[in-house]
Amino acid sequence: MKTADSQGELWEVFIQSKPGQSFKHAGSIHAFDKDNAIENARDIYTRRNEGTGLWVVPSKEIIAVALNESDYFFEPATDKIYRHPTFYNLPEGVTHM
Amino acid sequence: MTTKPEPVQIAQLLAEFEEKINAEIKIEPSDWMPDAYRQHLIRQISQHAHSEVIGMQPEGNWISRAPSLRSKKILLAKIQDEGGHGLYLYSAAETLGVSREQYIEWLHQGKAKYASVFNYPALNWADIGAIGWLVDGAAIVNQVSLQRTSYGPYSRAMVRICKEESFHQRQGYEIMWRMMQGTKDQQMMAQDAIDRWWWPALMMFGPHDSDSPRTSNAMRWKIKRETNDVLREKFINKTVPQAELIGLKIPDPNLKKISDEHYAHGDINWEEFNQVINGNGPCNQERLEHHIRAHREGEWVREAAFHSDLRKQ
Repeated sequence: MKTADSQGELWEVFIQSKPGQSFKHAGSIHAFDKDNAIENARDIYTRRNEGTGLWVVPSKEIIAVALNESDYFFEPATDKIYRHPTFYNLPEGVTHM
Repeated sequence: MTTKPEPVQIAQLLAEFEEKINAEIKIEPSDWMPDAYRQHLIRQISQHAHSEVIGMQPEGNWISRAPSLRSKKILLAKIQDEGGHGLYLYSAAETLGVSREQYIEWLHQGKAKYASVFNYPALNWADIGAIGWLVDGAAIVNQVSLQRTSYGPYSRAMVRICKEESFHQRQGYEIMWRMMQGTKDQQMMAQDAIDRWWWPALMMFGPHDSDSPRTSNAMRWKIKRETNDVLREKFINKTVPQAELIGLKIPDPNLKKISDEHYAHGDINWEEFNQVINGNGPCNQERLEHHIRAHREGEWVREAAFHSDLRKQ
C-alpha cells in the first residue's frame, strides 16, 4: 500500500540559540507526527549545538500576510514617525534622555 | 496565486519582478515569478539536492573501512551533513510548488540529474581525502557564490550549508597531508587520487560559458552570480598552491603560473564530461540503483511512521 504522501507533513522549525533569546525561524522539515517532527528538527538543524530550545509548528497552521497585501496591511504605521524617539526636538545640553 | 493574470498584467508583473532583482531584493515563494525562472530553479535546486544525497554513496562505502576511530567518526559526521544538506535543498525546492516525492520520482526515472562527479568510484582511502579536499572544495566555491542567489529559500539554504561545510574540505586536505608525510607507498596513493579526481572536480563547474545554454537567463535573473568559467578559475587558483604545499602534483601538463595568484591551465576532456553526464560514467547505474533500492526498502518505515498516530491512540 502506498501512502498519499510518503514524505509526511511539512513543519516549520524555530531555534533559540541561547537561553533568554527569542526563537528564530531556521527552516522546515518533513515529519509524520509531533515526536517525529521535533527529532527530525534536532537532527537536521542542531547538529552543532545551535540551540538551547527548539519549536516545531505545522506549516499549515501558520498565518501570514500575503506579500502583495503587505504595503496596505502595514500602512497604518508608516505616517506615525512621532513613535520614534528621534522625532523630538530637545534643548542643547540635556543628558540621560 | 488564485487567479491567472491577463497578458497586460504579466508585462507589469515581469517589470516589477525584474525591478526587484535589480534592487537585490530576494524573490520569495509567494511572489509572482516568470515561468522560466521557476523552471530554472526547479531544475537547479533539485539537481543540487540530489547531488548531496547521491554524494553520500562514494564516501559511505568507506565508513566501515576507515583507518581509525577518529577518521570514522569524522566521516560519519560529514556524510550525515550531506544528508542534512540534501534536506535543506529539498525544502527550498518544494517552495516552488513541486512535492519532494515528485522530485525523488524524477530522479528515479532519470529525468533529474545530479553532479556527475559522484559517478566516479572511491577506490581507496586516499580517494576520501581527494573527495573532501577537491570535490567539496569545488562545491564550496560554487555555494559561496550562490549565497547571493536571488531566490530567498535557496539563498538561505546556501548560507546554512556553507557554514557547515567548511570542515569537509579541511578533513579531506588533512588526509592528503598525512599521507604525504607517510611512506613512499602512501605518497603514491595520494598522488594517484589527485590524478583521478582533479579533472572530475573541474568538470563540476559545468560546460564553458560559451557552451552553457542556460547561463544568460540565470545570470540576468541572478540565480547564478558568477559564470561556470569564473568559478572554475577561482577554484584552480585557490587549490594549486594547496597541492604544492604538501608536495602533490596537479595532473595538468599545461598548468603554469602567470601571476601571483593566477594560473593558466589545460582544457577539460569534454568528451568524457558528456559521456558521464549522459549516463556512461563508471558508476551511474550503480548510484541510481542503490538510491532506488534504499528508497524501496525504506517503504515500510514511511508506512509505519504514517500510521504512528493510530498507534498512540
